[in-house]
Amino acid sequence: MSFLELSGIQKSFGPVQVVKDFDMTIEKGEFVSFLGPSGCGKTTILRMVAGFETPSAGTVVINGRNQNELKPNQRNIGMVFQAYALFPNMTVHDNVAFGLKIAGMEKSAIDARVKEMLGLIHLGHLADRFPYQMSGGQQQRVALARALAPKPQVLLLDEPLSALDAKIRVSLREEIRMIQQQLGITTVFVTHDQEEALSISDRIVVMNSGRADQIGTPFDIYNKPATRFVASFVGTLNLIEAKVVDPATNRIVIGDQGITLREPLGSTVKAGDTVSLALRPEAGSIAEGAKGDTALTGEVVSSNFLGSVIRTRMKVGDAVISFDMFNAPGRSPPAVGEVSTLRFTASDLLIIRE
Amino acid sequence: MKTQKIGAWIAVLFGASYFIVPLIATFEFSLRMRRGEYSFDAYRSVFSDIQFRESFSYSIMMAILTIIFGVLLVVPTAYWVRLRLPQMRPVVEFITLMPLVIPAIVIVFGYLRLYNSSSYIPFTGSARGTDMLLMFSFMTLSLPYMYRSVDTAMRTIDVGTLTEAAQSLGASWPTIMFKCIFPNVMSGVLSGAFITFAIVIGEFTMPSLLNRPAFGPYLQLIGANRAYEPPALAIIAFAITWGCMALLQLVSRFSKSAPSKP
Repeated sequence: MSFLELSGIQKSFGPVQVVKDFDMTIEKGEFVSFLGPSGCGKTTILRMVAGFETPSAGTVVINGRNQNELKPNQRNIGMVFQAYALFPNMTVHDNVAFGLKIAGMEKSAIDARVKEMLGLIHLGHLADRFPYQMSGGQQQRVALARALAPKPQVLLLDEPLSALDAKIRVSLREEIRMIQQQLGITTVFVTHDQEEALSISDRIVVMNSGRADQIGTPFDIYNKPATRFVASFVGTLNLIEAKVVDPATNRIVIGDQGITLREPLGSTVKAGDTVSLALRPEAGSIAEGAKGDTALTGEVVSSNFLGSVIRTRMKVGDAVISFDMFNAPGRSPPAVGEVSTLRFTASDLLIIRE
Repeated sequence: MKTQKIGAWIAVLFGASYFIVPLIATFEFSLRMRRGEYSFDAYRSVFSDIQFRESFSYSIMMAILTIIFGVLLVVPTAYWVRLRLPQMRPVVEFITLMPLVIPAIVIVFGYLRLYNSSSYIPFTGSARGTDMLLMFSFMTLSLPYMYRSVDTAMRTIDVGTLTEAAQSLGASWPTIMFKCIFPNVMSGVLSGAFITFAIVIGEFTMPSLLNRPAFGPYLQLIGANRAYEPPALAIIAFAITWGCMALLQLVSRFSKSAPSKP
């Protein structure tokens, strides 16, 4: 039996169904991210786990116990909010001690636990400050310590990094992951930032219109997207329409250039059908000596220098393919109008079936 | 530019004199009780009057009770409307504005009709009952000010998220209300409380028609029968109101330096 089980979860607000038949199991100590655009239902699922929303159907089970009948204050779940939600009238110490006082712990035990938690987030020296005297990153770390102090069975993070600037976001996400691994706490993280999800999760749930389009490791989600939505939402991706020439040999044509796919086209595909292919920008290169068993020739339509990489767009037939090359000081970016050959490995070309 | 400035100052002084001159005249008149010289005899007479002390302490007691019960009614209501019934806000705002639209005399006649000694809820059947009814009527009169002060204070904090944060930490509703919400809307509560205090101290219609020994009817009684004490009382009443306003300023300054939301 898994530690956290979501079975047949549905949620409707009036006539609008925001979560549709959602099933998932999460193991103890796992870090799972819910990734998706605004309105896809990811926060609603998190709020149902926390008890702030009641499922229209389905059950939330934590550690073998059905949570549906429990109120939010009976679930022993720690939650960190996007807006920090620190109590403005309390100091950092009192904020972290809040849940412990409610649990009825003794003062000496509370002080020890607060000290331990503030040590964990490296803010022990700010214990007497009020939230308004701290930066956003510091406040969010205090919110994390406050959520962890009562030793919750599950930690829920509702876009905790969205309100922070880019640099703090990166350092805090690494800190969150480190603390999570140190404490071994089961964590559910909601975000719309794919980089965040890819960098810190054990598994990612890509949500689309109330359903999980794909559940998998960051590696699988990025490299083997199951649907067109996952492919387009996670990372940058070229979606290329190609005509099937011979399904038996997996031969297709892009524009007027034929290539052979590694992945079988399947028995239902006939000659003349159109198939959607996906190619990551980092999979191809036009550099001299670039490796790859497959090549497409086209005209460079734009070339943007982005610092460490150069993003180039090339027209092949009707398709425009983007690809990234690492910057090399001795090599100039390709010129617009230049005819170049893009090389890549055929196995990097994925067939998008949904 | 300079002429414009002088013109503005003249306008300000003219406007201020409109308020200040009668006040100075009243104060000056209140000092004339002793012939031929200024004295505080009128104030001495007022403060030595047992009726003044009784009516004033009665009104203070009523003001304190009105504030306590008003806060207990308004804070949870404003909180619940913000948290769970935001669509009801215009309705609640309209209801709280009613005491400004309906004259106090109409309200008190309604009370007397509903709660007289032969009704199902005979508040006016006893002195304590009438005191309670008077307190409720004061609560009604102060509702527009108290509700707006508290609601404005609530607007500065994220009530919903704070509530959820407290719930996730195991807090019950009373804990959330008294430890997380109340302290953060205290500036609004205090503002409302001082306005309520000023209203209760000066209110005449309600206590007069309910026949209770409050400060308002006493002011009227003295005004009708004495010469120098009424201006002295007017100045005392002004001083009390100004004291309340000064406290209000102090509280609003305090709230500016108080913790705010991120």
